[in-house]
This record gives sequence, structure tokens and C-alpha cells, in this order.
Amino acid sequence: MKKFFLVAFLSVFTAACLFSITGCSGSSSSLKIYNWGDYIDKTVIDSFEKEYDIDVIYDEFATNEDMYAKMKAGANDYDVIIPSDYMIRRMIDEDMLHKIDFSKVPNFKYIDQRFKNLGYDPENEYSVPYMWGTVGILYNKKLVSDNVDSWKILWNKKYEKQILMLDSQRDSIGITLKMLGYSLNSKDRKQLEEAKNKLIEQKPLVLAYVGDEVKDMMIGNEAALAVVWSGDATYMKRENKDLEYVVPKEGSNMWFDCMVMPKTGKHKKEAEMFINYMCKSDIAFKNADFIGYSTPHTEARNMLPAELTKDRTAYPEQEDLKTCEVFEDLSDTLTVYDRIWTEVKSR
Amino acid sequence: MKRNWITYPYLMWMAIFTIIPLFLVLVYSILPVEGRGGGFTFEHFKRVFEPIYIIVFLRSVKLALISTAACLILGYPAAMILAGKHLSKRSILVVLFIIPMWMNFLARTYAWMTLLERNGLINNALEKLGLPVASILYTENAVILGMIYNFLPFMVLPIYSVLSKTDRSVIEAAEDLGATPFIIFRRITLPLSLPGVISGITMVFMPAVTTFVISRLLGGGQYTLIGNLIEQQFLTTRDWGFGSALSTVLMIFILLSMGIMSRYEKENEGGGLW
Amino acid sequence: MVKSFINRSYLFLIFFFLYAPIFVLIVFSFNDSKSRGHWTGFTLKWYAELLKDQQILTSLYYTLLVAVISSFFATVLGTVAAIGIHNMKRIPKTIAVNITYLPVLNPDIVAGISLMLLFIFIRLPLGFISLLLAHITFSLPYVILSVLPKLKQLNNLLYDAALDLGADPVYAYRRVILPEILPGVITGFLLAFTLSIDDFVISFFTTGSGVSNLAITIYAMARRGINPKINALLTLMFVSVLLLLVIVNNRMSRDNDRKENFR
Repeated sequence: MKKFFLVAFLSVFTAACLFSITGCSGSSSSLKIYNWGDYIDKTVIDSFEKEYDIDVIYDEFATNEDMYAKMKAGANDYDVIIPSDYMIRRMIDEDMLHKIDFSKVPNFKYIDQRFKNLGYDPENEYSVPYMWGTVGILYNKKLVSDNVDSWKILWNKKYEKQILMLDSQRDSIGITLKMLGYSLNSKDRKQLEEAKNKLIEQKPLVLAYVGDEVKDMMIGNEAALAVVWSGDATYMKRENKDLEYVVPKEGSNMWFDCMVMPKTGKHKKEAEMFINYMCKSDIAFKNADFIGYSTPHTEARNMLPAELTKDRTAYPEQEDLKTCEVFEDLSDTLTVYDRIWTEVKSR
Repeated sequence: MKRNWITYPYLMWMAIFTIIPLFLVLVYSILPVEGRGGGFTFEHFKRVFEPIYIIVFLRSVKLALISTAACLILGYPAAMILAGKHLSKRSILVVLFIIPMWMNFLARTYAWMTLLERNGLINNALEKLGLPVASILYTENAVILGMIYNFLPFMVLPIYSVLSKTDRSVIEAAEDLGATPFIIFRRITLPLSLPGVISGITMVFMPAVTTFVISRLLGGGQYTLIGNLIEQQFLTTRDWGFGSALSTVLMIFILLSMGIMSRYEKENEGGGLW
Repeated sequence: MVKSFINRSYLFLIFFFLYAPIFVLIVFSFNDSKSRGHWTGFTLKWYAELLKDQQILTSLYYTLLVAVISSFFATVLGTVAAIGIHNMKRIPKTIAVNITYLPVLNPDIVAGISLMLLFIFIRLPLGFISLLLAHITFSLPYVILSVLPKLKQLNNLLYDAALDLGADPVYAYRRVILPEILPGVITGFLLAFTLSIDDFVISFFTTGSGVSNLAITIYAMARRGINPKINALLTLMFVSVLLLLVIVNNRMSRDNDRKENFR
């Protein structure tokens, strides 16, 4: 009896095994996409598949670095990926991306002019912006009595163990550099040494170096101040009315996630079709509405509720962005950053 | 018992899927730093022994030792109690022990944060009872708690599986000869269960020393442990040479310490490490 | 009496400790807001959304499939290997056992990346097969580590006695050795299954082509915040496993009762 069940079990599973390998696609062509988790309205993929009769294989990654490690090793053949700015710069430098044929992506005209031809892709040949935002300070109005307009408040002893910093080398070292008046892409050893000392000085005041947990913590009034991304700030402000977001006057980081086409991909035509599809006004609106981050698409922005688009957290004015910089690829200086970060963390 | 050929498939598997990848790691650890030509170098290994990285090593080992010891102290009695139960109840309890580990690790750790944070559930309960608030999260204690939580079943199960078939007649004979329960434990139960204990320690200490998510979430990212460091090298800094060197040194260190430990296990006919 | 009470309380405390966070997860699967710790109201909407999310359900399917198949193969291969290793002479035995320990010593990230490099080198496309192979590889040592102690505990003479009584080797193994080491084998299987069902790092680097497991899907969500849909999923998984356990337990105890009635 037992043996029969065992055999039956095994045969079912082996069959399921084989099934899933061969797959059953009836469409003429396919497309492989690699994106952040929870970073697209899934109905968009369904509607794309139906409209163009293309089979979409969709995978997700957790960080740029994870994605890069797999891409660099040549493990994959994704056609469209959505990395962040500095990673795109690195991939362009390492000749990993196709140039986009913009005649096939006419909807590119809807992308805000301000977000084209940026530092990581100066001639705008390789990327199409998808989502963007800033980095700033989120603070709890009930717990912070001072005026918040500078990074220096994160070094204020009054808020000991009430401060949350980002557990990310570039972001934390970057904002420290900004506070000291330097560029957040600095490779100058002396400036970096200064930033390191500042971070070590700050450590006793920091409650924790966090990642995405910051959202629930600030909503739960666990801390008074936190360094967050603007997209998350919009969500947190909605959940907790005591929270407010500001981009400090010394300037900050402006980040972009863009769609690019890796050279290992085998479906260039379909990739361009997809990117063009994502830039359709109603589709861009769907994604922006689902994700809640700021969209670079002008028409989609107009379709969003006014209270969101008027919020300077999500859609800052040009003057807020004056002193903001986009991350560049630091190549070998990364070792210095890593060492600094390890030193800060091991005290 | 001369059927040694049956190990060949296993050994082949290990050769392909363990030895070759490990060899790749070793090769990386002696490759020159990117950009600088030349042959094999020990530069990465030299970096491993800089004071700053030694601190990281020591801290990781310290936390892992504390967690392993705690798992042993808490887990051994649990295994004993489980082994003493009726057969039917036993299997259910064993499976119940391990089911929490099937719930996603990240989700479980977040749940611990909900319990331990300042305005978390435990503190809320303490406040209502008029007791002082406990500040556990973002300290080393939270990291140790997290490690114990995640590794306890891996200590209990091997010990239980060995204790469950301990020959009762030996114990009964000892009792007849007038031995107290304490002596029975020390002279009979404990030595007989030692293989299970060694397995348990192995299965807890290793992952404990290389873990990085627990320290990041429950420790508030305040301490870089060796696991974090290695992960950083492979992903962020892309210095695979240094990452491989760190990993190799870690492995050698563990092999050495486990080897020394099993020298103390007299009955060791090549069954443990070394 | 007192001893039994102490035993029961101790076990209860341990179980309470193990299940506290699970309980939190379950409760918050009914939470109205997306937050993990901030209760705003009762709702079933996350369960509804979960059933509509094709991707999470596909990940679940792959997770279970890989876990069952890989633990099965690892258990069979590992048990056989353990028996073989146990019978080796001292020096090859030591070497074999130390080789077994090696994957356990490796940090996840090193194992994941080195396996990925291996698969690329032998030109195996990353997907279901590579994922399965990786899972079997990291599960094997745990099976062996669980079975070896039982083999050591075993009375060597039993096997020889069986042979003397006329049994052929296969029969002797099946009826004499195997039942004795069964707790170790089952422990090994459980450990292999547990490791496989929740593995992220190694799986991430050894899979592709749309084959994703639950751990990868959840970690990928981390930047945006873990959706309570996951809580709902884990609650459903938990309840299913409990139900399964109750059913199996009932059938087993009925079998035992029947056996006892025939004495």
C-alpha cells in the first residue's frame, strides 16, 4: 500500500517536473523581464501579453547588486531589466547594454525633459526612466521640536537613539558628504575620511541602520528621524499624519530606476515593444498608481490625483532639486567605501 | 558490510557540486587584485588579518558560540523530554517543533521585530502590567535571541533522534545497581548521546557564524558580522578575491576548532571532523 | 508527578517561544493596513488578493515541488552514502566525513555564487534543474549528519547475525538496519525539507527562466515592504500543515489501535 502511494507520488511529480521545464507556450515569441519585487502592476503584463501575443517570463530581484552578479556571470538572457542609475552607468561602461532604437519607442516623448540625458546616460541612448525620487529626512512632528532643514539634525545629541540611518554604504556616506558640503560622488580620500569620522561620531545617536523596516518603524512612532526614499515617504505620511518629509538644503540624492536592454537578451524587437508599451499614458498611470512612487511620465502624472502631484514630497519643485545629485559608478573607490562602512559598523 | 561501492555516487556528486565550486573559491582568493597584473598573490589573505577585520571575526565567533551554547542548554532537555514521550505523540511533537521553520525566514524575523520593538507587543503588554519597558531590539541580545530561535530545532532534532533509541536496558541495569539519576545521566545518557550532540553543534554553529540577515534586522545593522562582510565583498564591492579569502580563512578556522573539539571525544573512530 | 509537570511546562514554554512570532504573523494577516505591526482593523482582503496573485501562487508551487523532490533524493542518496561511509576504514572515512562537512561550512553566498559559476561552466541553463541540483547538494550533508550518529549507535553484530540466520544482504538492510536508523533518516528528511523550503541566497543564484521560489519572491519584495498577502499565504500554509498532521496522526493511531486489538 505504502509503496503504491510512493510510486504514484513520484510519477506525478516527475511528470509535473518535465511539464514545467518544457513549458507550454503557444505564442509566437517571448520576452524575459527582470525587475524589483512588487514593482509593476501585474495586470499590465497580462494586457501586454494579450495585445502583442508575446509570452512574458517575469523574474524579480531584491537589490541591484544581486541582479548585477547574475548578469555579469552571464547566467541569464533577460531582454528588459530595470536597474538603478549607478548600476546602469556601470553596465554601459562594461558594454552590457544595447542601444535603444528610439524610433521604435515613440512614447518616449511623454517622459519629462528634465529626466532625459542625465549623468548616467548623457546621450540617453540606453535607458528609459521608469520611476524616480529623492532621498530626504522623514521626521515625526510630535517628537521633533527643532526646524528640520539640514542633514545636521541627524547629528543632534538631543535625538539620541531616535535616529534611523539607511543600511546602505552609498546612501549613508553620501548624505554625510553632502552635509559636509562635498559631492556625494566624491572619490577624494580626505573628504571620505572626514565623512567616516562623522559617521563614527554619529553612531551612538543612531537607533539602527535599517532597510525597508523603516516604514513600519516610523509609522509606529519608534523613532523621531529617519533617512528615507521619497516614494516610501509618501506612503508613510499617509499612514501616520504626524510625519513630514523634507529634502535638506545641502542637497541630496535623486534616484532613477530605468528600463534597459541587456546585450544577452535574444528578443530586441519585443523588448522595444514592451518599453514603448510601458510608456503609454494609461499604462504608465497604472504602474504609478500601483507602486506609489513618482513617475517621470508627464501625462501619467496629470492623471494622478491632485493631492499627490501637488505634494512636494512626491513631486518636488525644481528649486528643491537644485542641489540634488545622481549617483555615479565609483568603480574602485567602492573598496574605500566598504572599508569605511566596516569601520563604522564594527565599533 | 563491504559494500563500499555504494558511496561512489555520493562521492561523485560531492566532487562535482562541492569540491569544484570550492576549488573555484580558492582560486579566486589567490588571484591578483583587478587591474594589477602578475601571478598568484596572497594579498587578499594579508588583508583578512588586518585588525579591523579580526574584530569582525571575533565578534561573529563570540555571538555564534553564545548562541550555540544556549541552543545546547535549552535544546538538550527538550530533546530528552521529547524522547521520553509515547511513540505516537513523539512524532507529532517533533514535526511541530520544525514547522515554524517552514514559515519564511524574513517574515518570521519581522514578526520578532513586531514583538520586540519599543512600541511592540511585548512592551505593550509589560506596560499594561505596570512593569518596566524592555529595550531588547537593536542590541546584541536581540541578535542572540534571533539565532537561538532559528537554530534551536537544528540542535534538538539530532539529539532527539539519538536519544530516542537509547537502550533502555542499560539504564535500567544502572538503576538496579543503585546509580542516582544524575550519575546515570553523566555516565550513560550523555556519552551515548554525544554523536547527536556533535551533529547538533555542527548544524548550529556553522550557520550561526555565517549568518547576516539576523544581525541586519534584529541588530539594527549596528554590527558587521563576517557573513555581512563576505556578502558585501561579493555583491557591493565586487572584490571576489577578498571575499573568497575571507571565506577560506573562516572555513579553515572552523575546521581547526571543530577538529580540536573532537579530539576530546574519545570514541571518535573518524566519525567527526578530523 | 512533579517531574512530569516540570517536563510538560518546559516543553510548553519552548513551544510558546517557537510559535510566538508565527502567531503574530497569523494575526496580522487579517490587519487592514499594510503595516506589519500597526493594527487598524479586521479584514479578509489580503486573502482575496493572494488568490488573484498568479506569481505568488506559482512561486509556492515551485517551492513545494523542489522541496519535496530534492529532500527525497537527498534522503535516499544521503542514507546510502552514510551507510557506505560508516563501513569505511578509518582514513577514507575521515576524509569522506570532512568532505561532507564542507558545504555546511560555506556561507550561503559563497555556495550560491560558486554553484552558479559551475552551472555556467558546464553550460546548464539556470532554471528548474539547476535549482533542484543545488538544493540536493546543500541538503545532502544534513541527511548524512543525521543518519551517521544512528549508525554509530547501531549494534554491528545485528547485521552479521541476520546474515548468519540466512538473510541476504538486501533483506538484512531492509529489515534490520533500516528500521534501526529510521529516526535518523526521518530527521534527515525533515531537515532537508526545512532547509529547502526557505532557502533564498543559493536559490537566487541558481535559478532563472521564470522559476522562482517563495523565498526569492518575498526577499525581492523587501525593498517595497512585505505585503500582508504573504502573511495570508503563510497562515494558509500553516493551517494546511496542521490539518495534514492531524489527519496523519488520526490514521496512525487508528492503525496502532487496530494492531493492539489483535494481541
